[in-house]
Amino acid sequence: MSPRKIREFFIEKLIFLSGVASIVFVALIFVFLLKEGVSLFKTIGLGDFLGGRFWYPISDPPKLGILPLILGSLLVTAGAIALAVPLGIASAFYIAEVAPPRLRDALKTCIEVLSAIPSVVLGFIGMVTLVPFIKRVFGIPTGLTAMTGSIMLALMALPTIISISEDAINSVPGEYKAGAIALGATHWQTLRRVIIHGAMPGIIAASMLGIGRVFGETMAVMMVTGNAAVIPKSLLQPVRTLTATIAAEMGEAVRGSEHFYALFAIGIVLFIISFAINVTADLFLNRGKKR
Amino acid sequence: MSAKIEVAKLNLWYGDFQALIDVDLAVREKTITALIGSSGCGKSTLLRCLDRMNDRIDGVRITGSVRIDGEDIYRMKKAELPRLRKKVGMVFQRPNPFPLSVYKNVAFGPTVHHQANHDELDALVEESLRAVNLWDELKDRLDESALGLSLEQKQRLCIARLVAVKSEVLLMDEPCSALDPVATLKIEELMRRLRADFTIVIVTHNMQQAARVSQETGFMLLGELVEFGRTPDIFTSPRDKRTEDYITGRFG
Repeated sequence: MSPRKIREFFIEKLIFLSGVASIVFVALIFVFLLKEGVSLFKTIGLGDFLGGRFWYPISDPPKLGILPLILGSLLVTAGAIALAVPLGIASAFYIAEVAPPRLRDALKTCIEVLSAIPSVVLGFIGMVTLVPFIKRVFGIPTGLTAMTGSIMLALMALPTIISISEDAINSVPGEYKAGAIALGATHWQTLRRVIIHGAMPGIIAASMLGIGRVFGETMAVMMVTGNAAVIPKSLLQPVRTLTATIAAEMGEAVRGSEHFYALFAIGIVLFIISFAINVTADLFLNRGKKR
Repeated sequence: MSAKIEVAKLNLWYGDFQALIDVDLAVREKTITALIGSSGCGKSTLLRCLDRMNDRIDGVRITGSVRIDGEDIYRMKKAELPRLRKKVGMVFQRPNPFPLSVYKNVAFGPTVHHQANHDELDALVEESLRAVNLWDELKDRLDESALGLSLEQKQRLCIARLVAVKSEVLLMDEPCSALDPVATLKIEELMRRLRADFTIVIVTHNMQQAARVSQETGFMLLGELVEFGRTPDIFTSPRDKRTEDYITGRFG
């Protein structure tokens, strides 16, 4: 082989390796997670783990039911989404269709800044401002509640939802809009009856990615939700999420104990849920591109 | 016969570029009027002036008047534009059905103009699709997305949308340029039928098409309406040398 061919050969292989690296990493992480997590089920059943109502990892024997944590995560996520999705879609429409060009640029910059704030900083700001505010407004013993977490997480999901929805709205072909205007539709009727249909797959994908962001978020939520591992009955009580549990307890769990394996099993649950959310978002994004 | 549309001393600038120069034009009711000329001569610009679609472009300045049924459309307030565009509908070069079902495409206009209640809508959709010869082809596919239709069907559907809002004037901007010759003939046949109920203005760079479908023809060059008259006259005995050069194929 000529030196040139040898060089080509090595470069090709190098690029190939970089390409498959991400696949290998994902596979390794999943295998490791699975290996550690599955050890738990030698001692407790899957049903007791997912459906158990009590999470007392250091009692004897430990109670490792994650139902309160799953419900905590779902409640905080649902609250955040109820706030962020309507607000995000509305501001995406405003930025894409209504705002004058200069205001549009200013808004887009603000949204980028919002997404650049580290979550721990947001959590910290929430802790000193929102937590006392919630406590005072609702007259409850503590402001560390699911609702506080939802509000903070909504702030974090907004940039994702707004920017992806806005892209979807902008990529609706101009001819639809021209057609509707030429038929005598008003700007609002055009938005509501035509543009939103063209942008819908992208808007759904944006919302799913927002949900994924919220569901996987750890730091901010740990700082403002109070972290009580009880089955939540309302938005105004402390809850603990799956993510916060791992972050808070991993340091103190004894390596090789049931508690340690349970945290890995929580990791698997998180992994599966996030994966499902992302796949759903991808489905919608691809559907939008095909049309 | 009275003029449906009267254009007087119409000038239009895109920024510093003057795209229409002192255009005077009278379009008769229930006639097909063709505007011909080479690309960039201003024929599409003139067409878009008739339903004020040029308002949507930045930097456009317009002087002169366009009267439709005697009403100067450039004196209308912005809030009256939906009423104008209901009366004066536009068919675009590329068929542009909405990403909705066939039914909702046709029902769109009547719904936004509150013309029909729920029960009347079904009948109106059927009547409009029949008017463009689509009913028999599509009556079982009303709930399917209009994006899955053939190009010709899409263009017919776009015309059906205008029939449904009971437009009086149809502006057609090269309506057949995306279609094959057979589909083109079918759309032309449809235009001849629609002439009984609509005033049609068609922009085309296809001189044969203008000769086949229109009763009156205007020839435009560099923003001016050079010559306007009965179609047979324009094509057999043009008065202006420039018209003659264009239709005999010396340029364009």
